[in-house]
Amino acid sequence: MAPARKTTRPTAQAARQSAEAPAAPLPKMESPIVPHQSIGGRALVAVVAIMTFLAALTTGAVMLVRMNAADWQAEVLREVTIQIRPVDGQVTAAAVTQAAAIARGFAGVSEVRPLSQEESGRLLEPWLGSGLSLDELPVPRVIVVKLAPGAAVDIAGLREALAAKVPGASVDDHRGWIDRMRAIADFVMIGGIIVLGLVIAATILSVNFATRGAMAANRPVIEVLHFIGAQDRFIAGQFQRHFLWLGLKGGAIGGAAAIVLFALIRPVEALIRGNAGAEQFAALFGSITLGFNGYLVILAQIVVIAAVASEASRRTVNQTIAAI
Amino acid sequence: MPDQLGRLLVAGGRWEKRRIGLARPGKTRKVVDWAGANRSAGVVRFENVGLRYGMGQEILRDLTFRIEPNSFQFLTGPSGAGKTSLLKLLFLSLKPTRGLITLFGRDTSTLSSDNLAALRRRIGIVFQDFRLLDHMTTYENVALPFRIMGRDERSYRNEVVELLQWVGLGDRMWALPPVLSGGEKQRAAIARAVVARPHLLLADEPTGNVDPGLGKRLLHLFQELNKSGTSIVIATHDIALMDQFDARRLVLHGGRLHLYD
Repeated sequence: MAPARKTTRPTAQAARQSAEAPAAPLPKMESPIVPHQSIGGRALVAVVAIMTFLAALTTGAVMLVRMNAADWQAEVLREVTIQIRPVDGQVTAAAVTQAAAIARGFAGVSEVRPLSQEESGRLLEPWLGSGLSLDELPVPRVIVVKLAPGAAVDIAGLREALAAKVPGASVDDHRGWIDRMRAIADFVMIGGIIVLGLVIAATILSVNFATRGAMAANRPVIEVLHFIGAQDRFIAGQFQRHFLWLGLKGGAIGGAAAIVLFALIRPVEALIRGNAGAEQFAALFGSITLGFNGYLVILAQIVVIAAVASEASRRTVNQTIAAI
Repeated sequence: MPDQLGRLLVAGGRWEKRRIGLARPGKTRKVVDWAGANRSAGVVRFENVGLRYGMGQEILRDLTFRIEPNSFQFLTGPSGAGKTSLLKLLFLSLKPTRGLITLFGRDTSTLSSDNLAALRRRIGIVFQDFRLLDHMTTYENVALPFRIMGRDERSYRNEVVELLQWVGLGDRMWALPPVLSGGEKQRAAIARAVVARPHLLLADEPTGNVDPGLGKRLLHLFQELNKSGTSIVIATHDIALMDQFDARRLVLHGGRLHLYD
């Protein structure tokens, strides 16, 4: 406030000069109603980013387990093993040839490959050592039978035919392994879904609390808007938009980090291919690629988490107004 | 401020011409009779209003009074007498424990939140602690009532600028509240309260943070607003301020209201 000065009535000339003077730039309404830069807002973005990242990792892991378990089961189901045990009075090599011929005669069988003696010897190396002559031992021979994808092969018929014509032959369709693998995969899946549910619940709660924390700093804004006559939905809308944007920002950061991580796994896998550890890893986990659906689910999570932040802000505004 | 106000009056600023009706000395002052202000009901009507916080004793008891259109009154009383609580009842921040409050002819106990918001737009409030939004410029703070109405900025920009010039903040329009002095904040808060032409202006200790000279100038501003048709209620215990202007006094004492017309 400038000190009071004697008021002088401007002359007409002065008024004209004033009117002709270049107009000073007028101020503009540029600031948002809800302050954008605040410690609470930045903390909320960080919380949303971290929780989205964790939720996306968990989702990705669950989806990978599900996809690989299904692939592995399908792979094993497409293979049947015929085992020919040595029987007195029977030439094992002839029995192998006969059994292979019987297997080839069944519809849906795409490939029949008897393992050579050398291959059988390699299978036994871990137990019997190298340089062993199998001719001296009554070692069973193995025939690998590949089934055409989607074909319904009569395994029971094959089993009966072999039992009738090739003594010492048995068929292993890996059913026991499949059932155990399925049980393990289901267990892992259920565990993963429970962990995912917990992570998503923790995400929603932490985003909710972080939003309320950030909102607490904005209480004066809500009060002023309320007292100058802003309608409740106007105030809630302002905050909802602001916190939706913060949620999307945090979610995009966390989700993008998870997507980059999943996208990098395949190139890294290619880089270390040949390494014994990498081979074991690939054998155990198969392909680590999320695919389109996986990325779509992560994007959906970003939107859901941002919506949670937005809804939490709306509820907090309404509670604040009610408290005022 | 008086000289700035005077300059504006003489120059005939648009805001001044429309709002105050004093733009052309010598002409009959045109006092706006606010549409919607039900004269028979008064601007405010309290009937046997009581207020208590929680289970405590009543801090306001049996308040019965009216605030007429175009009236000017001081609300006074010792500290803790309930002046701020009464102001909160007046701007619908509190609901009475008992009794009837009518604002602009509407019973406030039956209003929806949208209708309450609409009523609040007809009331200008000057808070003791100003309550300016620190992230907004002085201009944006003062223009806020228009913004919440959803009005196009071009329709009110000149009006806000002229009002800011009128209250002596023409060169502080871009400043943020944290860098304003106490007096500047006070004037910005007053400008925000009056910019939307309220029918009722409530001011809580509007001169509490300023020197006597500025307090006198602010009182002059309120008088000018009153002449234009706004009912004014100033809560203060500044006796010297009240002695400068012969107006009705609402005195709160012991939870009861005594009227001195």
